[in-house]
Amino acid sequence: MGRSVKKGPYVEPSLLEKIRVLNERNEKKVFKTWSRRSTITPDFVGHTLAVHNGNKFIPVYVTENMVGHKLGEFAATRLFRGHSARGSAAEREAEAAAPPPKA
Amino acid sequence: MARIAGVDLPRDKKIQYALPYIFGIGANNARKLLAETGVSPDTRVRDLRDAEVARLRQVIERDYKVEGALRTDVAMNIKRLMEIGTYRGARHRKGLPVRGQRTHTNARTKKGPRRAIAGKKKPLLKK
Repeated sequence: MGRSVKKGPYVEPSLLEKIRVLNERNEKKVFKTWSRRSTITPDFVGHTLAVHNGNKFIPVYVTENMVGHKLGEFAATRLFRGHSARGSAAEREAEAAAPPPKA
Repeated sequence: MARIAGVDLPRDKKIQYALPYIFGIGANNARKLLAETGVSPDTRVRDLRDAEVARLRQVIERDYKVEGALRTDVAMNIKRLMEIGTYRGARHRKGLPVRGQRTHTNARTKKGPRRAIAGKKKPLLKK
């Protein structure tokens, strides 16, 4: 279920304040944030935020059609390197436990 | 032959169940539409009067987004997700489930038929 419209979108208050100050001074500065749960509001457009993905900060340049999404949607938390080329992990484990008879 | 929004409606079905053949009109919209135009839901499509068909066509054109226009809309939404770099967009690109479903097993609707993995042995069956 979605969030009640009555409450309005959720944005971390500290984040909102930071953006407000930057907008007031007409500055654009990359700053780090851990607040992946914050909704992107129109004030964010044009800024670049470094969004934490649990490991690193991913730079996210906010454009107009990102408004309404959450910051976390733009910083993937999983790294998929593909499956192993030969055999499954379980199979290799079995081989290591009982090596095939040699000579 | 009743042709609404570029779709031929099945002639032998009641209009209430024929309208959902139009992409964008479900069972619920069909009921609302019939109430609004004052067409009896139990009329067979072949028994509809021309005036009734015209009225339905008119209301659909005015108030509903159907068929091509709706399909373009959906495609645009997905395209937008892919372009702005969201997680959901990435899932669409990879052809995997978008809404957090498991992919260890199942998810065959999105992933399509099973593809055999070379060299993978079937686990031994327990006695």
